[in-house]
Amino acid sequence: MERIRILKKFEPKRENLLLLLHALQKNNRQNYLMEEDLKSAAQYLSLPPSLVHGAATFYSMYSLKPRGQYIVRICQSPPCHQMGSSDLIEEASRALGVEVGETTPDGLFTLETSECLGICGVAPAMTVNEEVHGNLTPERVRAIFSEKRRAK
Amino acid sequence: MLPGAIMHVAGSYHAAGGNREGLIVVVGLGSCGIAAGGQKVRSALIEAIERRALPIQLRETGCVGMCYREVLVDVFDPQGKRFTYGNVTPERVERLATDHFESGRPVREWLVRSSEESLADDSFFAKQKRIVLRNCGIIDPESLAEYRARDGYQALEKALRRMQPEEVIQAVRDSGLRGRGGAGFPTGLKWQFARGAKGEKKYLICNGDEGDPGAFMDRSVLEGDPHTVIEGMLIAAYGIGADEGYLYVRAEYPLAVRRLRKAIADATMAGFLGEHIMGSMLTARGSEFSFQLHVKEGAGAFVCGEETALMASIEGQRGMPRLRPPFPATSGLWGKPTNINNVETYANIPWILLHGPQAFADLGTEKSKGSKVFALAGKIARGGLVEVPMGITIGEVIYEIGGGIKDGRAFKAVQMGGPSGGCIPASLADTMIDYESVTQTGAIMGSGGMVVLDETACMVEIARFFLDFTQKESCGKCTFCRIGTKRMLEILTRITQGQGQEGDIELLYDLADKVKTSSLCGLGQTAPNPVLTTLRYFREEYEAHIREKRCPAHYCRKLLVYRIDSDLCTGCTACARACPTQAISGVVKQPHLIDQARCIQCGSCVAKCRFDAVKTQ
Ligand SMILES: Cc1cc2nc3c(=O)[nH]c(=O)nc-3n(C[C@H](O)[C@H](O)[C@H](O)COP(=O)(O)O)c2cc1C
Ligand code: SF4
Ligand code: SF4
Ligand code: FES
Ligand code: FES
Repeated sequence: MERIRILKKFEPKRENLLLLLHALQKNNRQNYLMEEDLKSAAQYLSLPPSLVHGAATFYSMYSLKPRGQYIVRICQSPPCHQMGSSDLIEEASRALGVEVGETTPDGLFTLETSECLGICGVAPAMTVNEEVHGNLTPERVRAIFSEKRRAK
Repeated sequence: MLPGAIMHVAGSYHAAGGNREGLIVVVGLGSCGIAAGGQKVRSALIEAIERRALPIQLRETGCVGMCYREVLVDVFDPQGKRFTYGNVTPERVERLATDHFESGRPVREWLVRSSEESLADDSFFAKQKRIVLRNCGIIDPESLAEYRARDGYQALEKALRRMQPEEVIQAVRDSGLRGRGGAGFPTGLKWQFARGAKGEKKYLICNGDEGDPGAFMDRSVLEGDPHTVIEGMLIAAYGIGADEGYLYVRAEYPLAVRRLRKAIADATMAGFLGEHIMGSMLTARGSEFSFQLHVKEGAGAFVCGEETALMASIEGQRGMPRLRPPFPATSGLWGKPTNINNVETYANIPWILLHGPQAFADLGTEKSKGSKVFALAGKIARGGLVEVPMGITIGEVIYEIGGGIKDGRAFKAVQMGGPSGGCIPASLADTMIDYESVTQTGAIMGSGGMVVLDETACMVEIARFFLDFTQKESCGKCTFCRIGTKRMLEILTRITQGQGQEGDIELLYDLADKVKTSSLCGLGQTAPNPVLTTLRYFREEYEAHIREKRCPAHYCRKLLVYRIDSDLCTGCTACARACPTQAISGVVKQPHLIDQARCIQCGSCVAKCRFDAVKTQ
């Protein structure tokens, strides 16, 4: 099945654990790692399940909870904060009708905050999945969400 | 950047394209260019060029450093004249196409740099010395040919053809290069340890985990000139005798990962990576050199930038630091001797080999040689990426290169070295940038983040912010790093909320001392630095918060008094409706009033008032 096909792309070596978890998460329509994912990764790499679980919870990019199709991450590190990222977070929360860490009921967006995204030259910044956006204003944030909704 | 160098590129563009007639148009597509809308500008350019059927070559490049002007578009004409447009939007493309591309009349009011006239933004480059960034924003990072046209892989060839591994190490030692990842350890010496370590199998690692808030040097280099980093690693591998390496890049940098993968594939095809490197081009000795390079993506953990944690992460474990010694040079990845350096450190190597160690050592101060890349962020007029010779002052970087503070405000302090560093006050702006001088201020050189703060920044809040960061990122292994930072954070939070008490400052010092001395890795050992430096230079701000319940920068919401200016208030009632505690009273069209006893300082009224009538003190 699907999961096996993904696993098979990697050599069954422990050093591939993080890559493998990334791949499994990306494949999941709700952007998270299911119990089954962790189990099969452990099996494939012949590792104790507790170890795989430990890694999955240690790194912030993995989620063990279902998330939206688009993960919105607004940077809240000092340079972006100084340029007004808290207003963006408030606006995003209003526009999506969810708090930070939550997913919209239609399963489209999850709102998260992040530390520096490395594009402080165009602060305040955010990412939507792998897309980067900078020089943001509350209006731009709304517009980006609308674009995504239309593209659905 | 020398105009000559740019001319040369333009020349090679024209030569490579076989088209000597038309213009070459280059869009800046580093991550900040893309974030500012670079892809949309690119699409608009394609459309405008195709519609007119113009003989124009459209190319891409990485970060030139003027992130404050993104989206940037360069236009080269066949004579090598260069015109750089800043703040380009899809809407502006049409006029660029009609006036400049079609009719040959540059749109002067949108130009930010040009080979034909001097413009205000030239001062951004005047004091820079670009070694690491020599190709960034000039070449197409996805083109091996363009890297080759700028002496790419010639340093490697020189090493393999004409130098013994020991000579390579000696050259790096002579250059005086120190690690750019933060600690500043002499690079040549580190290589020598790795070379001298017992063992057949040795590894080489490049640390691209760049996690300091406000730092984006390594991202720009990896995205803008990936081959330089690969070439630097190859030379290091040859020097220490490693045949396998890892490039560890944080997960937040997908574009860097993609470009690196492409660069590795291209370099392998061309015989610069893999088995018998440059075999057919070289004599027998060189062709014995083999090197396999893998890219590893992180998964979001700041502590993985610490070298032992990083190696654990590569091995597929949780990224927890371990005690050193043993140092990686003797026992690193999978217990084998390992050399680990930062992205920028490696990016210096090809230049050093080609220009000679002396040319590098001629730059800088007695103990800090060469140049350093800095990311300017925060309240600086020109936020972006710069590379300066060591020994320049902080003031020169901020005022002359960075153009001073945004919106004409006053410069208050600069936070250097991220969460491990500290705040250097404006009064110390003439501090020289070298490892020792910066350390004396209580901050550290760090990896190169400079977060510039203006008069509106509350220093207690800044310290709180950084501590919040380290506290969240602590891996939790050491009690004091885990609990001590949390306690410190609680105290700072209290102070900013007007709940500070006498004795808090002493308590902070005491905890800082404990956290510093009983943490295992650099994260804990340096976590108190932002607090300590702000206490050292801005103690009176702490005291004002604690004793007078006053925030001198008017930042901390809870310490503000909200009043409605009756001259400005139109009685629109917006504030009263927004107030969660019904603290605002007044009739429609009459000035409103805030009941101080009820006000909880939430700031909603300020945000809601369209007439700027709610004032804070
Ligand atoms: C918490 C922590 C985070 C670090 N993050 C980085 C990083 O992102 N990049 C880096 O090159 N070095 C980082 N370092 C320093 C590395 O441990 C190591 O010293 C460095 O990679 C060595 O390379 P260099 O000698 O070329 O500077 C970090 C250290 C600590 C304690
Ligand atoms: S000092 Fe902090 S981050 Fe470092 S090992 Fe100890 S607990 Fe982990
Ligand atoms: S600051 Fe908040 S609580 Fe105070 S008057 Fe304004 S809205 Fe009301
Ligand atoms: S601080 Fe937000 S991108 Fe760096
Ligand atoms: S990415 Fe273009 S100048 Fe920074």
